[in-house]
Parts: sequence; structure tokens; C-alpha cells
Amino acid sequence: MLTGARIGVVTFPGTLDDRDAARAVRLAGGEAVALWHADADLHAVDAVVLPGGFSYGDYLRAGAISRFAPVMGSIVDAANGGMPVLGICNGFQVLTEAHLLPGSMIKNDHLHFVCREQVLQVENVDTAWTRLYSVGERITVPLKNQDGQYVADEHTLDELEGEGRVVVRYRDWNPNGSRRDIAGITNAAGNVVGLMPHPEHAVEVGFGPDGPRGPRTGTDGLRFFASVIGSLVG
Amino acid sequence: MGRVVVNVMPKPEILDPQGKAVNGALPRLGFSQFVGVRQGKRFELEVDGEVTDEILAAARRAGETVLSNPVIEDVVDVYAEPVHATSDEAGR
Repeated sequence: MLTGARIGVVTFPGTLDDRDAARAVRLAGGEAVALWHADADLHAVDAVVLPGGFSYGDYLRAGAISRFAPVMGSIVDAANGGMPVLGICNGFQVLTEAHLLPGSMIKNDHLHFVCREQVLQVENVDTAWTRLYSVGERITVPLKNQDGQYVADEHTLDELEGEGRVVVRYRDWNPNGSRRDIAGITNAAGNVVGLMPHPEHAVEVGFGPDGPRGPRTGTDGLRFFASVIGSLVG
Repeated sequence: MGRVVVNVMPKPEILDPQGKAVNGALPRLGFSQFVGVRQGKRFELEVDGEVTDEILAAARRAGETVLSNPVIEDVVDVYAEPVHATSDEAGR
């Protein structure tokens, strides 16, 4: 099933999950277009995914150097014009460094790298990336990070809550000390979403987290990608 | 050659997990006189020639826009520092 939606997936030096994100796009019915950090041309994509990894080795701050890549100038302009952008893990860190999303990520409160199957509660289904979920729905996707503790000042946190801009929240256990259990947020327009957990690792039976149908059957992450394709093709 | 030092620290209200871990390790090595540790970053920006006011101003701008993230960090110090030849440079 090809919908004609072209979703760009950016590769920075040190990106790890670009292939997985591209695969998730294809499984959701879109065409994955590889974008390169040093190329400012977005190749006429309809949306962009900034995947996870350790771009530039997390040097300076996670996502801080990637923010100045040529491709980011084009993405910031396009995002401000309404193009859907999803930042996953390191991609979320890049979005905060680029000021497309508020707040920042610091080291996990317990200082350990964490890798687990994480329960999330979806709270905002009006974004380009979450419209196929339902409010309050609990989903399970992998989480793996070192600098995953979401922080922002109290005023910003109150604003995010007040405007319903918390997209997903950690449930059962807060794995990194994030303020108010925040796992993902959106901008005011709902086209830019960033989250720490990895929906692209829960898109195909046999390769995802454990699900109700048995081990590795979880595909709760697929609707992030199907949602944006749905918003693009109508 | 000149050098500008830019010191960046986590904001006081931001929990500093690394400093906390160091703080926990110090008493185990007998350093019981320290009651708190915060860990920051020191950047050394090298320039050809003297450090002028313009260069200091540029270093401050770099500190605010690139070297620190104002959401979580403060630039606490920007100053010129004399550069001493390292043994590596002296051997050339």
C-alpha cells in the first residue's frame, strides 16, 4: 500500500535509528526519503523524522551540534510553516536545541543508561503524529537513553499542561526523572512532536516489545507514522 | 596566540546528577569536608594574536548561543587567560 506521502528521515554523524525509522515509515505505507545532515535540500518531502542515536557523540550537549547542521535550517523553516516533524530520542533533543520545542534533556536522575519496554499514556491526539490514538490509551514502546530527563522551568511546564501540549506521559515507572512524567510534547500548532521513547521500534510483529498476542508482538508505535501519513493524504 | 576561557555551569535550580554522584564518591575517599559538588564545563577558545574587547564580546555571544543552553545552564565567567607554550608546541 503506497500512499504517495514522502517522509524524510535525517542522518547525522552518530545517528543510529535512521534505518528503523525509514522502515517504520514504509510499514505505515509511506515512502521513506533519506536526508543528509550536510544537505540543506529537503527533496520535496511532506514530513520529517529526526531519529535517535548519539549525533556527534552527544558532545557539548545532546543534539547541540546537530542543531547547526545545514539540513536543520531548512527543517526549522519548514516546521514553522506547518510541516510535520517528529523527533525521537536524540531527535527530540535536537528539536529542543533548535528551539522548536521548549525545555531540555539532562542526564537520567539515576545516571544509568536505561533500555526497557516502557508504558506510556497518550494524552494529546490532535497532533499530526498521534491522531490515530485515543486519549488516555496506554501503549508500550521501547525506551533507551542516557540523557532522557526532561526539564523545563515551572512556568513552561504549567504552560505545556495548560495548553494540553503533553503528548505522552510515562506510566508505571518514570525511567529518568523527567518532570511531571513527561515523555513527549508538541508545539502549539501540533505539527512538531518530540518524545524520548522509540515508537519506530514497535512497528512489526516479531521485532517489537512483548504485546497482548505474545512475545515481541507489540506494534503500538506504528500509528505515529500512520497518523502523519493520514494527515498528509487527507 | 591568545586564549579566552568560558565557564558554563548547570543552573542552580537544575538537579546536577553528575555532581551528585561525585559528591557521593568523595567521602568514600576520605574527603568528608565537602558537602556539595556541582560539575560544569570549561571551554578554552584560542585566537591568533591578542584577545581584544571584540574577541571577548564574540566569546560571550558564543557562550550564550552555542556553548551553553540557557534552559539548563548559565555562562558564569568569560575572561582572557595567558597562554603558556605546552611541551608539545615547544618541541616543534
